[in-house]
Amino acid sequence: MAVRSRGLTLGQRRMVWAYIFLFVPLVFFISIRVAPTLFAMSVSLFQWDILSPEKPWMGLENYRNLFHDDVFWKALTNTLLYVALSVPLALVFGLSVALLLQRAIHWKGFFRALYFIPFVTSTVAISWVWRWMYEPTFGPLNKLLALLGLPEQTFLANPDQALPSIVVAITWQAVGFYIIIFLAGLEAIPSDFYDAAKIDGADGWNLFRHITLPLLNPTIVFLTVIGTITGIQVFTQVLNMSYQGMGGPLNSTKSLVLFIYQQAFQSFKMGYAAAGTVVLFAIILLITLIQLRVTSRRVEY
Amino acid sequence: MTNPNQTQAHVLPRWTTQTLLYTVLLIGGIVMVIPFVWMLATSLKPAKEVFLGNFFPIAPTFANFQIVLDKVPFARWYLNSLIVAVLTTLSVAFFDSLVGFVLAKYEFPGKNIIFIFILSTLMVPTEMLIIPWFILSNNLNWVDTYWGIMFPGVMSAFGVFLMKQFMEGIPSELLDAARIDGVSEFGLFWRIAMPLVRPALAALCIFTFLGNWNAFLWPVIITEKMNMRTIPVGLSFFSGEAGASWELIMAGAAMATIPVLIVFIIFQRQIIKGIALTGLKG
Repeated sequence: MAVRSRGLTLGQRRMVWAYIFLFVPLVFFISIRVAPTLFAMSVSLFQWDILSPEKPWMGLENYRNLFHDDVFWKALTNTLLYVALSVPLALVFGLSVALLLQRAIHWKGFFRALYFIPFVTSTVAISWVWRWMYEPTFGPLNKLLALLGLPEQTFLANPDQALPSIVVAITWQAVGFYIIIFLAGLEAIPSDFYDAAKIDGADGWNLFRHITLPLLNPTIVFLTVIGTITGIQVFTQVLNMSYQGMGGPLNSTKSLVLFIYQQAFQSFKMGYAAAGTVVLFAIILLITLIQLRVTSRRVEY
Repeated sequence: MTNPNQTQAHVLPRWTTQTLLYTVLLIGGIVMVIPFVWMLATSLKPAKEVFLGNFFPIAPTFANFQIVLDKVPFARWYLNSLIVAVLTTLSVAFFDSLVGFVLAKYEFPGKNIIFIFILSTLMVPTEMLIIPWFILSNNLNWVDTYWGIMFPGVMSAFGVFLMKQFMEGIPSELLDAARIDGVSEFGLFWRIAMPLVRPALAALCIFTFLGNWNAFLWPVIITEKMNMRTIPVGLSFFSGEAGASWELIMAGAAMATIPVLIVFIIFQRQIIKGIALTGLKG
């Protein structure tokens, strides 16, 4: 055996192999993840027009302009609205269906798969299907409203209804994921807890309120964080469900990422758009830090 | 399963609660399926039926699919999506497992720093990297190439984290025994570790494939030529230009959705188990 070949001990030889195996991945993570992060931060300090060779230094001017840009504020508020509406909706529906499924005796796997289908299908295709569902004159939703004797709506064409309409489509697609994670969380609760509580005379609502909900807390936190981070990055649905992908009517559906996309790839203002991405990064970093604080504060029941 | 089920049993007879439960589940199920039915129904309608107001087609036809295939290179978009998703998945499966294996089973200086370094890249949103990636691709002529679409995703930090967790479960004695038998270091990874982490690897592969198959933000930026679009990008542009030809848009949406639906129905159990196992989002 070549234990001491090339004058290396066995441990040193393995060390060399470890570095050889890690070489290509490290080059990737440095050049495709870390360097671009730093580069995006530096681009945000220039007037970086991709078509012109001149890229004048701006300092923090891009950020100052951003904070004076009404469309940016509109996009930021919209984005927070997407999160504030879709995450609680998905949590409530996800938990309700998971609780029902847990008690179901037959067809459990069938319903689980049924609710999960939208999650795996293409968001672009789904967005266009919903857009057609919302079509004011010929879409089935207004047909249904008329059938029920309710006034017809304009949905995506109405600045007050467009964002909630997109939220419905987002929630519809995401809820299957919430159900699966909630089911896994529910199955992890030891049945002894319920048995003990029942001996103490607890009934349905009390069991849910004092055992299920507290023990499900890590799952709820996990889903809230994942949902919030995904929601802040909402883009595909907005681009495909608003007229000509503009985030209208009247910017009422424009999300932060769509705003960034338009600045970078339609107006070619890369520096300005990069400043927007740094703000996005800061928001996500803040959420991650809050999550770390919440999850590290473990509570024993 | 012992659960609140039994407590309700003495309030209401079991069959009543179960009937109620299935009614609610069924209504929810219909809500989940209706958009797909509407998509298929519209895609089978002749153009003149679309604005009639009937839900299901009166004279169903496959003509819309043919029109879409004649108007745009949908077959080519399938091929593009397939190439991108398959190659990316293979690359992620190989490199993420290798890095996970090394970080779990080797001792060397800098190990923890490297792990934390890779994990920390997870905090940076893709949107922030897209502008630098685009400038890079523009300078290196990667626009409208498969490599251009794929390069940001050929390794994933989450996959490294996942595979490291599972590689840690492999007993070191097993690896040492194989070393004595003369198995090379790469052989340890490829022939011993990889088969042992198959369930986790399968979950990682399924999600990487679905994620790339459905990806939109980066492909819409890096592809300009009609022939280099992936299915989501092609469908988005086609639908945007189709005006009120909803029967064609829905035929396109059906063509984009049906292959994924078939894959999902086949791998349904593994996909759902994988989601619960890893808690990761496709």
